Amino acid sequence: MSKQLALVIDLNVCVGCHACVTSCKEWNTSGWAGPLTDENPYGKDPTGVFFNRVQTYECGTFPDTETIHFPKSCLHCEEPPCVPVCPTGASYKREEDGIVLVDYDKCIGCKYCSWSCPYGARKFDPVQGVMKKCTLCVDRITDMTIEEDRRKPACVLACPASARIFGDINDPQSEAARAIRENGGFQLMPEWGTKPANHYLPRRKITTILHADELVRVDNPLKAESEKPRPAFNTPTIDGVSSW
Amino acid sequence: MKPAFSVIFLTTLIGAGQGLLIALVLGQFYLGSESGGFFALGGVLALVMLGLGLVASVFHLANPQRGWRAATRWRTSWLSREVLMIPALCALAFLYTLIHAIGWAPVLMTFGNGKTLDLPMALGLLVVLGSVALFVCTGMIYACVRFIRQWASSWTVVNYLLMGLASGFTLAAAYAQIQANALSGFMSGAALVLTVAALAARTFQLWLNARTKPQSTMKSAIGLHHTQIRQVTQGFMGQSFNTIEFAAPGGAETVRGLTVFFLLVAFVIPAALLLAGLPVLAFVCQYVGLLAERWVFFAAGSHVQNLYYQAKG
Amino acid sequence: MRDPASIPDSELGRSEVKTTTCYMCACRCGIRVHLRDGEVRYIEGNPDHPLNKGIMCAKGASGIMKQYSPARLTRPLKRKDGAERGESAFEPISWEEAFSTLAERLGHLRATDPKKFALFTGRDQMQALTGLFAAKFGTPNYAAHGGFCSVNMAAGMIYTFGGSFWEFGGPDLERAKLFIMIGTAEDHHSNPLKRELAAFKRGGGRFIAINPVRTGYAAIADEWVPIRPGTDGALLLALVRELIELGLYDRDFLVQYTNAAELVNQDAASDEHGLFVREGSVPVRPDTFETPDKMWWDRAGDKPVIARTKGTEGRLMGSFTLADGTPVKPSFQLLKERVKDYTPEWAEGITGIPAATIRRLAHEMGVTARDQTIELPIAWTDCWGNEHDKITGNPVAFHAMRGLAAHSNGFHTTRALAILMTLLGTIDRPGGFRHRAPFPRPIPPCPKPPKGPQAIKAGEALVGTPLGWPADPDDLSVDAEGEPIRLDKGFSWEYPLSVHGMMHNAITNAWKGDPYPIDTLLLFMANMAWNSTMNTSEVRKMLTDKDESGAYKIPFLVVCDAFQSETVAFADLVLPDTSYLERHDVMSILDRHISEFDGPVDSVRVPILPPLGESKPFQEVIIELATRLKLPAFTNKDGSRKFRDYPDFIVNFETEPGSGIGFLSGWRGTAGEKFLVGEPNPNQWEMYARNNNHYHHELPPSFQYMRNWNKGYLDWAYRHRMVRFTDPIMPHIYSEVLQKFRLAGEGKWKGKLPPERLRERVKTFFDPLPFYYTPLEWRCSDGHSFPLSALTQRPMAMYHSWDSQNAWLRQIHTNNVLFMHPKVGAVSNFDDGAWVWVESPWGKIKCQAKFTEAVEPGTVWTWNAIGKASGAWGLDADANESKKGFLLNHLISEELPNMVGGASVSNSDPVTGQAAWYDLKVRVTACKPGEAEESWPQFAPMPTLPGQAIGFKAKVRAYLAGRR
Repeated sequence: MSKQLALVIDLNVCVGCHACVTSCKEWNTSGWAGPLTDENPYGKDPTGVFFNRVQTYECGTFPDTETIHFPKSCLHCEEPPCVPVCPTGASYKREEDGIVLVDYDKCIGCKYCSWSCPYGARKFDPVQGVMKKCTLCVDRITDMTIEEDRRKPACVLACPASARIFGDINDPQSEAARAIRENGGFQLMPEWGTKPANHYLPRRKITTILHADELVRVDNPLKAESEKPRPAFNTPTIDGVSSW
Repeated sequence: MKPAFSVIFLTTLIGAGQGLLIALVLGQFYLGSESGGFFALGGVLALVMLGLGLVASVFHLANPQRGWRAATRWRTSWLSREVLMIPALCALAFLYTLIHAIGWAPVLMTFGNGKTLDLPMALGLLVVLGSVALFVCTGMIYACVRFIRQWASSWTVVNYLLMGLASGFTLAAAYAQIQANALSGFMSGAALVLTVAALAARTFQLWLNARTKPQSTMKSAIGLHHTQIRQVTQGFMGQSFNTIEFAAPGGAETVRGLTVFFLLVAFVIPAALLLAGLPVLAFVCQYVGLLAERWVFFAAGSHVQNLYYQAKG
Repeated sequence: MRDPASIPDSELGRSEVKTTTCYMCACRCGIRVHLRDGEVRYIEGNPDHPLNKGIMCAKGASGIMKQYSPARLTRPLKRKDGAERGESAFEPISWEEAFSTLAERLGHLRATDPKKFALFTGRDQMQALTGLFAAKFGTPNYAAHGGFCSVNMAAGMIYTFGGSFWEFGGPDLERAKLFIMIGTAEDHHSNPLKRELAAFKRGGGRFIAINPVRTGYAAIADEWVPIRPGTDGALLLALVRELIELGLYDRDFLVQYTNAAELVNQDAASDEHGLFVREGSVPVRPDTFETPDKMWWDRAGDKPVIARTKGTEGRLMGSFTLADGTPVKPSFQLLKERVKDYTPEWAEGITGIPAATIRRLAHEMGVTARDQTIELPIAWTDCWGNEHDKITGNPVAFHAMRGLAAHSNGFHTTRALAILMTLLGTIDRPGGFRHRAPFPRPIPPCPKPPKGPQAIKAGEALVGTPLGWPADPDDLSVDAEGEPIRLDKGFSWEYPLSVHGMMHNAITNAWKGDPYPIDTLLLFMANMAWNSTMNTSEVRKMLTDKDESGAYKIPFLVVCDAFQSETVAFADLVLPDTSYLERHDVMSILDRHISEFDGPVDSVRVPILPPLGESKPFQEVIIELATRLKLPAFTNKDGSRKFRDYPDFIVNFETEPGSGIGFLSGWRGTAGEKFLVGEPNPNQWEMYARNNNHYHHELPPSFQYMRNWNKGYLDWAYRHRMVRFTDPIMPHIYSEVLQKFRLAGEGKWKGKLPPERLRERVKTFFDPLPFYYTPLEWRCSDGHSFPLSALTQRPMAMYHSWDSQNAWLRQIHTNNVLFMHPKVGAVSNFDDGAWVWVESPWGKIKCQAKFTEAVEPGTVWTWNAIGKASGAWGLDADANESKKGFLLNHLISEELPNMVGGASVSNSDPVTGQAAWYDLKVRVTACKPGEAEESWPQFAPMPTLPGQAIGFKAKVRAYLAGRR
């Protein structure tokens, strides 16, 4: 299978700190895909281009409530519905690694690709008038002047919980593929046949089962504190009533 | 979806233009290969409509200077096909207009029954084909967006076709009446039939859309197997492209109100006006109604991505 | 568009990479700052830094937008003649004018009455320097923000086992099996905690979060235990009871390594009542802080002997009589008696947690601790000379923060947690709690506050340190009548152990002139006119209030800040601070270091960029002022300049001449060959820079555990002057320190005694054993009128940051809303998203309600410090922060009326003076139709200040570093 770079996002450990959100912003605004424009940056209803966001969901009712932090960026689908609809060829999927990119010089800003993405992954820059999106930091991961272990998307480098695993999901040996395989990795909205390359790992709960015998302990330190009360020597015993 | 006025004007203007072209050709056929000034001037009128549509479309593009590139992906993109079809149709319409204007009508082919095909009629047939093809392209741009269930239906194409024809024939009727042309009655009658057909088809799609169920749920959107999932935050509290492009101003109430409005103003009233022999008024009324119809078409489109953008504030 | 791989990023423009230390919050990660053509292009975590190992948080990555924020102050400013305070009408002045104004004013105060100068600083990381300045100036009126932050967490634990969380210590998640997090939304150690928590979960550890709200860390917990705010003490005491009842505690640990078995005098008539009985024959050595002659009741011999006598073993339970007839009990017995009635059923009624859950939690903790013991093959020697061939640990770890601390019962709650951790045997052991050097400290630590008015003398330095750790009533800062000598009444009988000061009362007290009026108040990086104060609206009035003569009641207010905060509007003099990328700084062992479990670590910050405009680091201001005022330690004997600037000060300052102890511990000695102690090294900064801006001394494994009682470690620490004593640091299950204050309350102490009106208060709250009491504020209302607890959390992306002025971060949290359970709306008849009035006994606000199921139904909460005053922080007057955002602070009184003898006291913990933010009780009602959908109160918009960098405050910001 051909190489398909992607992110595997572990919902089991994401605490929703937004580190991936702003590290993406800072790398990309001054990078190949930049700038990432902000409108009303210091005013009412600031509106910005961010390639990656962390959303929060809640399910269940009190007290059985779960809070889920949910990072979302372009999923770099293996069958990206946004690419064929582009009238100019500005949107494309790279042959060599499966990253979906936009060539701003070809983009006419018709926004049609964004209509054809069910995930809301594409971000229009109203100032430059072109569609922008997550590039998996293509200008970092292909930059041979960067140390090899830092040649990863900025969000992955930043994530304090290492909730973002980066790699080739079509290489069974990769950490990403292994994580998907071993932890029940899943895709978002598989019903559309888009085959998102990015995967998510579900919550995994650890529970403790206590057994009653663990609470009745041979090493119970209470034994050291008190001896069982002894009857006085002269109180009656059965010796007084029977001779067998 | 956010209704873009550029696209509303583009689709309604070229729709009427295409309809007018078809009306002219059919009129020509109806009259039996007539040629002359009426058709030439009608062609000019259609070209004006198409041209205005093109102007409107430029406003939709953030970078129109490279709009030519939009013609390159016709193999996969209906939008690209539309971009090719508009100038192609303009060119055909221009030729059609030109030969009618200069009155050049050489016979190209004689059929066995003695009927002949002359150049104006041949061009006319091409213009009809082109117009229909453009209707299909325009309709398919929306019909192929799987993620907006209100659009993803062949009825979208049918409706674009019928509403374009209706408005084109109404325009033709108005034009014929002003020109006191013999086709006036034919055009009015056809316009009436098409308007009623468009009303029926559009109403049917409204009914269909009210019944379709979303294909995706919160469960599949975030992959969580729970029946009660609520979004708490979208990840930002101001605005973003996701909350602007995919949401209609005014919300559901505006959509409901404007739906009643366009059903009356685009179809019912124009039909009555046509019956009353007032095609000019009918066209003006119908065009306004179709603008509203197009606004509703966009605003009522609910995109799957909105599953991820529900929490306000 | 070119191929993205065609040109390396570093070849676009002139690239540089510099390293320094982040300061977007208190975590202090190592960062690599990439510059392009002199502009900040990218800030990434430094992979070669021990703290963050390359990771970053949302704030750190947004440092660019802090650097280039329109809220930056760039020129010293003076309030315009004729303008009123609060109007924000300023004129730029030169630094020379600022310095000469200050030097003249402060010079006069120092020569006449130094306590009329008060210096309070916010969440800075230079308390060692600012504290030194205050001490040498001669004023006791100095504190940082600890008193209104989390002093209960520091004091409660340090007074119990000599260490605490954050910089001081933390959970050993690498080896823990069960992790319980209580009352924590975020943490000082935020990035390492996230990294460790993720690894812990992946390793199969079980994570339980106890919190009224399920956000952040609690979101990924395996179990969420919702609890009513302010009731954690009840839960913890019930857990303690259950562990004792079932015998799930670590007896060997308690007997040998704590005071659990030591005998307490039970003779109520005695002046020694409640103190440990002492054998008396052991000679006192000068290098000890405690004579090892306390007694225990030997199990085999059935008689009292000096505790830890070889061959004896103390009893934990029982009631005994000494030969002289004195009744005694082991302190553990007293604890057992104390918790007897704290049953899980009792706790259920208070906390809202089912009794069965409480029992199960206790069982999980106990069984995990007992059955999953860790053994490390590391030999060590304890303080009594016993050699051990292994280090053992019980893998149950805890972490707690302000959820426990910020209540008026928080000290005893924290004590209860510390005792729970001790019962489980998890103190400085693998898998449990671990210290970070220089912790553990003696209980209590050695520095002492000034002991009376005699410590303050005109023209002289203060006797003692402004802040310290009282060991008994005689250490209090009170006058002969027992009344406070500090402006904030810290270390007085009202709040005797207020070890971090009580900044939250400084302005109110100064305004009242109680205990005395002051002249000059210098605030650094503390937003006391907004979110850093209680009772915000009233405090803003106090800052502008005048006496009969028309003079301001607080005569001169100096504000030093890097940003246009709300407080700046009230300043008479504004000193523009730099950003963290423009300054030298030290994360000193003397202050807020970044030590790891395995040994001391300190670090530095170095400038990456030149200061913006005329901004100047506050450290430089302090050094310059101290030099002009000729303060000892900052100047030569003849009063001449001693230090060129702050970097020079850091290298050459020694705590005492020739002490060899300075702010930085690494590369001391003339050639950098020494650490911790050594002569100044002129190349110290360069050596830090070469080592990624930090110094890390990794201790040998045998010194990394059991440090309270580890002979090798304590000797090592003693030799390197980290501690004054080598005595074992025995966890105080039973606190004799507290009992001494109680004796004073009972009139039995032979030293300082509390004034009559405060005796009952001292007697009640200085209980040597933890107890649960309802928060004091709850007693100010009937419980029905204000049924809901209201509290705040800080979101991770804004934790410990000042970043509503930050274009990126503010998009994540643009305004706050009041989160509540849908039941609250059902009761008061309003819907999700409605605008509501929130009232407390002290005030009211208007805000927007947001329903959530992730909150205990009796609690409403919001993100703190997101709401701003209109026009502040470089934001437009109609920004969401001011029009929709709100402050809960308006609802919180800084004082509680009628508390002692009809007088009001601070709304604080009666032991430590910790601000009781989370005691707040409110009611929520729907707004009437037609009321504006805008938060209330609103204030007149703050104008832009002269020199504020507004060049890019456009409608669009498309940041791209460097030349295009």
